[in-house]
Amino acid sequence: MTPPSAEAATLGAAPAIDRRPPSFAVGPIAWLRANLFSSWLSTAVTLALAYVLVSWTLSFVNWAVVNAIWDVPGTGQQVDTSACRAARGEGACWALIGEKYRFILFGLYPFDEQWRPALVVVIFVGLYAISAMRRFWRKELAIIWLAALSVIGVLMWGGIFGLPFVEQERWGGLVITLILATFGIAFAFPLSILVALGRRQTSMPAVKALCVVYIELIRGVPLISLLFMASVMFPLFLPEGMNIDKLLRAQIAIILFAAAYLAEVVRGGLQAIPKGQYEAADALGLTYWQKTGLIILPQALKISIPPLVNTFIGMFKDTSLVLIIGIFDLLNTAKTSIIEPAWQGFGVEAYLFVAAIYFVFCFAMSKYSQDLERELDKGRRR
Amino acid sequence: MQTPTATDPRFLRAPPRRGFALSWRDPTVRAIFWQVVILGLVGLGIWWLVENTMRNLEVRKIATGFGFLDREAGLPIGESLIPYSPADTYFRALTVGVLNTLRVAIIGAVLATILGAIIGIARLSKNWLVAKCAAVYVEVLRDLPLLLQLLFWYALLQGLPGPRQALNPFGSVYLSNRGIKFPWIEWQEAHSAALIALILGAIATWGLSRLFTARQMATGVRPRLWPWAIVLLVGLPLGVWWAMGAPFTVDRPVLRGFNFRGGGTITPEFAALLFGLVLYTAAFVAEIVRAGILAVHQGQWEAAAALGLPRGLQLRLVILPQALRVIIPPMTSQYLNITKNSSLAVAIGYQDIVSIANTTINQTGQAIEGIAIIMLVYLTISLTISLFMNWYNARIALKER
Repeated sequence: MTPPSAEAATLGAAPAIDRRPPSFAVGPIAWLRANLFSSWLSTAVTLALAYVLVSWTLSFVNWAVVNAIWDVPGTGQQVDTSACRAARGEGACWALIGEKYRFILFGLYPFDEQWRPALVVVIFVGLYAISAMRRFWRKELAIIWLAALSVIGVLMWGGIFGLPFVEQERWGGLVITLILATFGIAFAFPLSILVALGRRQTSMPAVKALCVVYIELIRGVPLISLLFMASVMFPLFLPEGMNIDKLLRAQIAIILFAAAYLAEVVRGGLQAIPKGQYEAADALGLTYWQKTGLIILPQALKISIPPLVNTFIGMFKDTSLVLIIGIFDLLNTAKTSIIEPAWQGFGVEAYLFVAAIYFVFCFAMSKYSQDLERELDKGRRR
Repeated sequence: MQTPTATDPRFLRAPPRRGFALSWRDPTVRAIFWQVVILGLVGLGIWWLVENTMRNLEVRKIATGFGFLDREAGLPIGESLIPYSPADTYFRALTVGVLNTLRVAIIGAVLATILGAIIGIARLSKNWLVAKCAAVYVEVLRDLPLLLQLLFWYALLQGLPGPRQALNPFGSVYLSNRGIKFPWIEWQEAHSAALIALILGAIATWGLSRLFTARQMATGVRPRLWPWAIVLLVGLPLGVWWAMGAPFTVDRPVLRGFNFRGGGTITPEFAALLFGLVLYTAAFVAEIVRAGILAVHQGQWEAAAALGLPRGLQLRLVILPQALRVIIPPMTSQYLNITKNSSLAVAIGYQDIVSIANTTINQTGQAIEGIAIIMLVYLTISLTISLFMNWYNARIALKER
């Protein structure tokens, strides 16, 4: 509160007494009035919505916590899930997660070696965290990525440093999802920059046409058709005796798919650069690649970082489509975990478990993208 | 513009002529060189792939070509918009698939637009609880893979009791793991005729509305439209239906043995796919609608109010036309997405074009042709939606000079 002003004192008026504003103007009651009960209609909507929310929450808590079955006798083939069956509809069967979480997270990776994919997950998360920090946005980041991806390869395959070799067919779960998304972006991003630059080459109509056809063709068809192509047509494309495993084929399809979408994002950034920047670079006598690498791309990529993160979130979610061609990603291991007769019918629990994992990753990225947008916008708003 | 004077040195000599020199310093030569190199490399790559494919096909003795389309398909299809039996050809089976894709995409696009608009507006509500609920909906649904959501809804629908213990929320509507059963009128020729009359009536009403707008422009008085609309939209179809004998029999689903007989059906596959697609896409549509409304300047509301327009007309005549300019382009890509995402149907067993083409590939071994058909269908649909939305966008775009 400010002290009574000197002016009032000199005018001879009695000093104003500090009084609290009425409770209907400030404070929680005023807030409730303004935001929840401002009119009859608003009050009715609030009450109806509150009723629905409370009753849903109560029944969900009943299902997921109060009536839930957390443990069942027996393991493996001798498991007895009759308790879960009895509680069907009234209580969740979290015993499924307790029994199967290792399989859902790591697939068929040898049980004793599962610390390796777990470590890989930690490395991936660390890699994302480092890439998210603006102080690491330097050339060294490329080296960090290269190093991390090689360590991941060594850990997953093994065969050296005393790690037993694990063939790729046994990989599965969260690691596959992270590998497909991360390697996808690592290779699609440079490719997308080239394609986006190619699409803006007015002096090279043939190159431009090539890039336009590539982008529009890929964006016009669903990812599934590309994955089908990868799974049934790639073997026909290659000469006899040359064989690529299924995961790599799916990875190539995802890279080609993501590159087309990323290219459009990068093109948006390129278009936002004023023409004067190009002309200034030309006036300095820079060659095309100097101009692009030193003047244009640093500015264009900065503008397109938030939509790039959004595209990456989309890609992270889209990796789940490899389920359809039979690759054991996180979603497919969840789907497979309920195939055994004992666990059949508990799909809701398994899917909620992996939904939580997907949500943590995507929500973190989406919050980061929103913050970054605000952060990068500061310079322009000033 | 300045008039050139003899003293201006720029006009004393002609600008240098751009000659063509066969030299590395000439940008045109460099451009041609690089284009030849890049096209050559791409061509070489494609030639290599085609060559390999030809040899592989020869080794595996797979005949290429679309001749298989005329052969008997022998694949059963659960739901179809046109008459179909397994004895029909592959071509007809694939047509059924395309129609199924279009069915779920069109219904999904309409529902997602409505739900998305409601949630987008709700997120801007002054009521804190409504705004927060809409925000949570958008954040949660956007951050989960669509395929996961589809599998979740499908698992939920499969978890419903069997037909004998079917849930019966109201009337003759039954929910079971065989789908949703509801009463439906027995469809006869009179109903088709009435439907056609309704469509004709709608077209006539639209034409009248344009005519009346033109008259309003000319005379300042707008003739009343609603009596005409009632006659054309209600009277005409009812008249046709009545003239053809007014048939009306309700076909109710009845439990016979282990399953229901009669009535209309929504299969669990279709319900799960539609539900998942609509809820997922609505989250994106909501964000687009919200951004579109926020993009309209507050002053527009105030100016419209100053003209004496009531709140509803402010929104309809002033705000919405401007918001639509921001909303339409991203909505186009959402409609494209819902069409492409409907291909996930293959994971839960709804027989769309991808699912049927996939079965065709497995039965005939014609992988290249099958995938070419899938891609062609989606490219055609994508192109049609793009063209239509571009036309619509051009129509509502800001008319500048």
